[in-house]
Formats: sequence, C-alpha cells, structure tokens
Amino acid sequence: MAEGHVSNVKKYVVVYVVILAIAALQFVIAYSNISGSQMFARMLFLAVVEATLGLLFFMHLADNRGLLWFVVIFNVFVLLTLQYGWTDSFRMLGGVQWAK
Amino acid sequence: MSQAEMTMQGHTTAGHSAAMEKPAFSIPAKKMAMWLFIIADTATFAGCLVAYGFLRNGTPDWPHPFESITNVAVMTFILVTSSLTMLFGIDAARAGDKSKALRWTLITAALGALFALLHVREWLELIGQGMTLFKNPWGTGLFGASFFSITGLHLLHVTGGVIALIAVGLRYKGGRYNADDLEITGLYWHFVDLVWMFVVPLVYLLNLKR
Repeated sequence: MAEGHVSNVKKYVVVYVVILAIAALQFVIAYSNISGSQMFARMLFLAVVEATLGLLFFMHLADNRGLLWFVVIFNVFVLLTLQYGWTDSFRMLGGVQWAK
Repeated sequence: MSQAEMTMQGHTTAGHSAAMEKPAFSIPAKKMAMWLFIIADTATFAGCLVAYGFLRNGTPDWPHPFESITNVAVMTFILVTSSLTMLFGIDAARAGDKSKALRWTLITAALGALFALLHVREWLELIGQGMTLFKNPWGTGLFGASFFSITGLHLLHVTGGVIALIAVGLRYKGGRYNADDLEITGLYWHFVDLVWMFVVPLVYLLNLKR
C-alpha cells in the first residue's frame, strides 16, 4: 500500500446511498398528485442536491475551496444568463399561432 | 562579470521563477484542464436543458410518451453505481494497487457500456413507435428533436467516457499513466453522472404518461 494513503471508501458508499435515495425520491414525486410546476421545482431541487453531493465528495471539491468557488460562481453566472428567454417562452403560449 | 552575462543571468532567474509559479488552485495543470472542460461542458448541457424547458413550457401539446420508469430507473442505478466503482478504482490506485485499480476501472467501463446499450434499446423502441427527430404520434415534433439531442449528447459523452476509461486504465496498468491520470478520467465520468441527474427528472419523469 502507498505510504500515507487514507481510504475514503466508507464515505463514498454513504454518499452513494444518499444519492440513490434522493434519485428514488424523484421517481416517487413523478407519481405524486401535484401540479407540474410543483413537480418541476421539487425534482430540480433534488437534482441540485444530488449534483452538489457528487461535486463535493465524488469530485473532491470539498477539499479545495478555491476551485469550488470558481466552479460555482462561473456556473451560476452561466445559468443566470440563460434565463433571459423565459418571457418569450410564456408569450409563445398565448401569442403565436402555431403554439395554440 | 560582463553586462551581457549579468543580463543572461537575470533572464535565467526570471525564467525559473515563472516555471516555479504556483499552479492555479494548487492542482496539477492536467486536472485544471479537465475542470475547465467540465465547466465549459456544463454550459453546453445547461444551454440544451434550458432550451428544452423553453420549448416545453411554450408548447401546449407537449407529449407524455413514457409509460414506465423501469428502464430509466435501471439506467440511473447503473450510472450512479459506476461512479462508485470509479471511486474504488481511484482509491486502489492511490493505495498503489494497480491490478485492483484496473479491475474497478474496467467494471466502471462495463457499467457505462451497459448503460449505453440500454439507452440505444430505448431509442430503438421509441423509433419503432414512430418517433423521429421531427415527428411523433403523440404531439409536437419538437419533443423528438429535444429528446434525441439531449440524450444523444449525453450518450456521446458516455461512449467517449467508456473508451477513455479503458484506454487510461490499461495505460495506467502498463505504467505510462499514473494515479492522477486515472483520477482526472474519473472527474469526467462523475460529470457524466451528474448531468444524468438533471436529464432524468427534466426529460423523462416530467414526461410520464398520466
């Protein structure tokens, strides 16, 4: 065994089980009797939690705060800039002939 | 010492200090390159998923063709499990156990290949039901375009990842690559897994037949 190596297998298994449980919860929500927007919000929230766990523990960003902030700030910026078109999306529902 | 020699010495010292500059975020350059690729690729997938959301929200006759979640549930289980086996491989590589690291890496690649096969089978079923890029029997043709684009891009990443895992794993065992290289490939594989966590609820679960 390489000198100084500390195995993280137990931690990985715990995170894996948690991610699987959250994924299962998404499937349960898919069959729940709630509105589409509520379903979307809940599923997206759970997906963000899953991705955060993956980033922090599988991709080891928890060990590198500087890189974590770099990744988070850049991606949040990109995601925010992508939101500019939603008003047009809603306008399509009522204002465009082919969308009716 | 002549003026020219002093100038040369100055340049050499400056060159050394540049070469010894601390790497960004204290990680090796190869790992940093992979992170930059992942960040750029995140923007690509985010663009695709937001465009899909835009179309889905703005199109009244959006189809809900998926009758069963069994296939996508199995695919999700396989991909998340492959992330765990990848971590086992990296852990073994860090411990210096090359055979074990290669074994786990190849198991990861096999799970990725299985995921790809299930995906292709699902595609063929949908195509068999009359779904193409431009039309389907259930509603707007935009569904096929967005479904095949998003899942196809992801499938392309999975296929590339399987090839990379096999190539890097074998070269690690052969001594050409080290544990860092395996870990960098693992970063890519985890990213592919993370993207799937968003594709499943948005593309599959929200389009279940009710």
